[in-house]
Amino acid sequence: MSPSWANVYRLGVKELWGLRRDPVMLLLVVFLFTVSVYTSATAVPEILNKAPIAIVDEDRSPLSERIAGAFYPPQFLTTHATSLSGIDAGLDSGEYTFALVIPPGFQRDVLAGRAPAVQLNVDATRMSQAFSGSGYAQQIVLGEVNEFVARERGTARAPVELELRARFNPTLNPSWFGSVMSIINNVTMLSILLTGAALIREREHGTIEHLLAMPVTPTEIMLSKVWSMGLVVLVAATLSLLFVVQGLIHVRIEGSVALFVGVAALNLFATTSMGIFMATMTRSMPQFAMLLILVLLPLQMLSGASTPRESMPVFVQDIMLAAPTTHFVAAAQAILYRGAGVAFVWPQMLWLAAIGSVFFAFSLRRFSRTIGQMA
Amino acid sequence: MTATAPAAVARLDAVTYHYRGTLALDRVTLSLPAGRMTGLIGPDGVGKSTLLSLVAGARAIQRGSVEALGGDMASRRHRDDVCARIAYMPQGLGRNLYPTLSVAENLQFFGQLFGHSAAERARRIESLTRSTGLHPFLQRPAGKLSGGMKQKLGLCCALIHDPDLLILDEPTTGVDPLARSQFWDLIASIRGTRPGMSVVVATAYMDEAQRFDGLVAMDAGRLLATGTPAELLARTGSDDLEAAFVALLPPEKRQGHRALEIPPLPEASGAEDIAIEARDLTMRFGDFVAVDHVSFRIRRGEIFGFLGSNGCGKSTTMKMLTGLLPASEGRAWLFGREVDPRDIATRRRVGYMSQAFSLYSELTVAQNLVLHARLFGVPEAEVEDRAKRMAARFGLTQLADSLPDGLPLGLRQRLSLAVAMVHEPDLLILDEPTSGVDPVARDHFWELLVELSRRDGVTIFISTHFMNEAARCDRISLMHAGRVLVSDTPAAIVQKRGARDLEQAFIAWLVDAGARGDVPSGTNAPVASGPTQTHPPPRRHVFSLARAFSYTVRESLELRRDPVRATLALVGSLMLMFIMGYGINMDVRDLTFAVLDYDRTSLSQGYALNLSGSRYFVERPPLVDEADLDRRMRSGELSLGLVIPSGFARDVARGHSVAIGAYIDGAMPSRAETVSGYVRGMHQTWLAEMARQRGREAALSGAATVETRFRYNPGVESLPAMVPAVIPILLMMFPAMLAALSVVREKELGSILNLYVTPVTRSEFLFGKQLPYVVLAILNFLLMIAMAVTLFGVPVKGSFATLFAGAVIYVICATGIGLLASTFTRSQVAALFVTMVGTMIPAVQFSGMLDPVSSLEGAGAFVGRIYPASHFLTITRGVFSKALGFADLRASFWPLAIAAPLILAAAVLLLRKQER
Repeated sequence: MSPSWANVYRLGVKELWGLRRDPVMLLLVVFLFTVSVYTSATAVPEILNKAPIAIVDEDRSPLSERIAGAFYPPQFLTTHATSLSGIDAGLDSGEYTFALVIPPGFQRDVLAGRAPAVQLNVDATRMSQAFSGSGYAQQIVLGEVNEFVARERGTARAPVELELRARFNPTLNPSWFGSVMSIINNVTMLSILLTGAALIREREHGTIEHLLAMPVTPTEIMLSKVWSMGLVVLVAATLSLLFVVQGLIHVRIEGSVALFVGVAALNLFATTSMGIFMATMTRSMPQFAMLLILVLLPLQMLSGASTPRESMPVFVQDIMLAAPTTHFVAAAQAILYRGAGVAFVWPQMLWLAAIGSVFFAFSLRRFSRTIGQMA
Repeated sequence: MTATAPAAVARLDAVTYHYRGTLALDRVTLSLPAGRMTGLIGPDGVGKSTLLSLVAGARAIQRGSVEALGGDMASRRHRDDVCARIAYMPQGLGRNLYPTLSVAENLQFFGQLFGHSAAERARRIESLTRSTGLHPFLQRPAGKLSGGMKQKLGLCCALIHDPDLLILDEPTTGVDPLARSQFWDLIASIRGTRPGMSVVVATAYMDEAQRFDGLVAMDAGRLLATGTPAELLARTGSDDLEAAFVALLPPEKRQGHRALEIPPLPEASGAEDIAIEARDLTMRFGDFVAVDHVSFRIRRGEIFGFLGSNGCGKSTTMKMLTGLLPASEGRAWLFGREVDPRDIATRRRVGYMSQAFSLYSELTVAQNLVLHARLFGVPEAEVEDRAKRMAARFGLTQLADSLPDGLPLGLRQRLSLAVAMVHEPDLLILDEPTSGVDPVARDHFWELLVELSRRDGVTIFISTHFMNEAARCDRISLMHAGRVLVSDTPAAIVQKRGARDLEQAFIAWLVDAGARGDVPSGTNAPVASGPTQTHPPPRRHVFSLARAFSYTVRESLELRRDPVRATLALVGSLMLMFIMGYGINMDVRDLTFAVLDYDRTSLSQGYALNLSGSRYFVERPPLVDEADLDRRMRSGELSLGLVIPSGFARDVARGHSVAIGAYIDGAMPSRAETVSGYVRGMHQTWLAEMARQRGREAALSGAATVETRFRYNPGVESLPAMVPAVIPILLMMFPAMLAALSVVREKELGSILNLYVTPVTRSEFLFGKQLPYVVLAILNFLLMIAMAVTLFGVPVKGSFATLFAGAVIYVICATGIGLLASTFTRSQVAALFVTMVGTMIPAVQFSGMLDPVSSLEGAGAFVGRIYPASHFLTITRGVFSKALGFADLRASFWPLAIAAPLILAAAVLLLRKQER
């Protein structure tokens, strides 16, 4: 039997009234899409931002001083250490990530063509800085050495240069990335929370039982929650994208915001269904809370919004294909940064629609079955 | 009172109390005599409960003064002194009890709160349960007791410390008549043994009030009258207290009130027109039989009543009739059609009003009516008109734009009826529609029912636990423990038992049915604790380990009884650790790239080969032109595009400077940085290789080398780096969440009252509650370490003792954060949000898991520096990867050691010892 769309609409409007009169929830929505987006966008540093480095200069030659002088903010925060033992303690306590040791007689050996080595110690537990930072540091050292040697000997510069250009985000400003990913994470978190909480609230107030005694079907009840809560999140996300991300953080959005909204709507279809499902799975708020963390953390960490998907193990990548956020993140990145159109993101949209339908059907089945016991 | 007024146990002077706009008490001045039993009478919502909670010290005084037991209840010092002499039993069946704890455990808990030794507790519990008949049920969870037994247990818990003032707030509401009369016998026998004890009782049952020494009639926050029952009856010239109460009401309230007259139901004409028929309806929940073979037939237009105590199966039967619950056995018919949950058409003929006033509190009166009219398919053209008509008929027109929560109970219940009637159903199913409504409003409500039944021929199926309401029905069924004891007209039932009234008849039926309830009281040893011992001298503001520990025991028991919660936390954290340990990987590889080679020489191809040979890059089909580059980068297919200009090989050979273009996808900056690092590295290698091939001495690339040593994690593997970083995050979120809900749950369920009215202090309450969660979190920590070592093969290189010590302090912080969040939130949802926002975001983003705290900017950097997770992260990494011990990590212990007491102190300060 097809649902009565008029009922779906009316029940949805009722949900919106409910949210309007719930200041805590409203505050949360506003907070997440303004303050939270702003802080996560601005707090995340450039990959090499103030990377703490200690330099032990045992040579004290013009060349070594030149090298030490080449590490400066914002990429590096330099500490001059005096002893080798000092750097061990500093690395141990996490005071710095890098420690560069220039051995005695370094300049002399360079000029004598003995190819001496500087030692770069890296705290490999801080993986993100360790990787990119060691490459940078190496280049800085070698660059300084080469320039020094070139001047001393009058040799020509490198015959082949590498011209690196970052496309879509030329300065590799991480706040561009952070802001949009924060919106995406909040969309997921809020949509699950709002629908789940709406259902649990209705159960607590005994109005579910009342609804069921009326000529409305579970499909209508569920659809009404999906559309109303989805709409709230969608509107908030769009406003945040336009005013916070574009207006306040000045991120240049390449692609069509409308397309992004469309993809977000597809994502919401799936996540709101998840919210309903989780609310039917749990008997109390504490249980819902535990389940929420259990579901949200992997969705956030493994969807490709925190670290690149390619570097995850294949089985994790495969599992995460079933998560709507994975496709949402991929599509959002393509649309917002690379200006991709429907021609590029239709596979993700198809995935989202499919996942959403499966989740919805599954949740609806469970909802219809358990709704009687909720009353 | 009279001239020879006895000493007062409590005195109120011009006490006024507001709840967000509504006035609960309006300049009440009252003196409650000592050594007597005083009753507060009046319907719900007139301020009885507020008054009692003020006297008990559970609620903070707003205006006026309240004295109890010879001191000012506004004074903290006095409250601490006397709280051990006051016992307060709040409204609601077993409201201050813990449903998952057994009878004995509940009693032990209260005994501990009052500082009794184990032997003392055992003695008191033995004596109390023997005299109340609860002794055989010591091991039964409080949640599974019948209503009457719950109230007896509540009474035992209240009496365990020999109070001088016993405050009972509607102790018998919702209890069957037999249990009710037993309850009052019990109270009488207690007073016999402790004549000095003063008792203050609130009740909505006027018939009960007859037993009390003195009465205080209240309405709308004011006193109507005080005096003995006889005095009140004489003053109003009424026969019973209910009539007396109505007579005492101010004239404008009485207006339009008249004795209810019910015209007789017309005899069935010919073929019986049956509205509802049930045959052997049975409902089982697991082993528990809620409804046991119930059968009845209800004629069209009849008012049929279901009478019984809470939990006897009334609501369940109604739910089966509406199709809300599928019956386990038996069948039912509405208007000759079998009840079928999928049958939408029948639902349109039924109006259902459930026990919990099922109104949408977020919608106004008019919006509620309109929404229901539309949902029931009233034609759109008629909706507005119908809503208006209903509002007018039920006297709600003036209130169309009000929100239901702001309305008095009587009006809300009228609105519920209007909502249930808006589609003009043929059958009304009303589940305890009048509980807590004042007698006048109740009579108004009944007038409406009578009109519906007699004029419109609507069949009404109503449940109630008020005897006088049951007497108004055409026929009633007495229900007990899922079974119908008898079905007949009220008069016939009374007559059959030769009883004085319906209540006596019901009791007789209950006794017959073997509902001895519990052992009648008074036959055994006197209730309460034998030798009246002097109260221990009040010990003020001293942290009592015993009291704190009683909360610890209670909390642990509850955790053990709800294993789902703890299991979810433990299993959940392990699962997440597994997923994140494997999933989060900084080691970026398998990057896709393609080459746009305009040169097509062996040199240019060699350059590309240099890249595709590395484990970091995967080559894709070559690019055709710039447009192809653009398209494939846009789609996200390529992370890197290389453009080698034409004449590359030639220019290199001639020593001209050439530039190779490398386009990196900057959409994800961290990945782009890594890519650019790799490409630069490759480029350098390539240059060096070229130089070597051409035999040019190490002029360019060989001037010096950089020897990079990746410390602590020489293989630069992800797992050893991530595992120590994931542990602090998980160890923050789960314990904080569990602890947060533990306090706010008590607020929602009402048992927080025990904090308000017993000697337990705020710090004892919080520490006591925190301890089990700290233990659980430590267990969680050990499990995660075990998993790291065994499953992930990430060894603990440093001092385990240091790690363990850090973890202990850290989980104290984490659970403290949860407690802090729950001190200022009121609902579980709000606590959930606050904890979520307060743990997940800072722990994941600002604690140095991905970016070191020293590299953060702005507010994030500040949060990162003070947040406990950052410091514990240093400890886990230090011990796990860097083989450090306590001496090396001392600097990270300090912030944790400072944060833990600070967080707890903040929680203690924010927690309230009284309700506001």
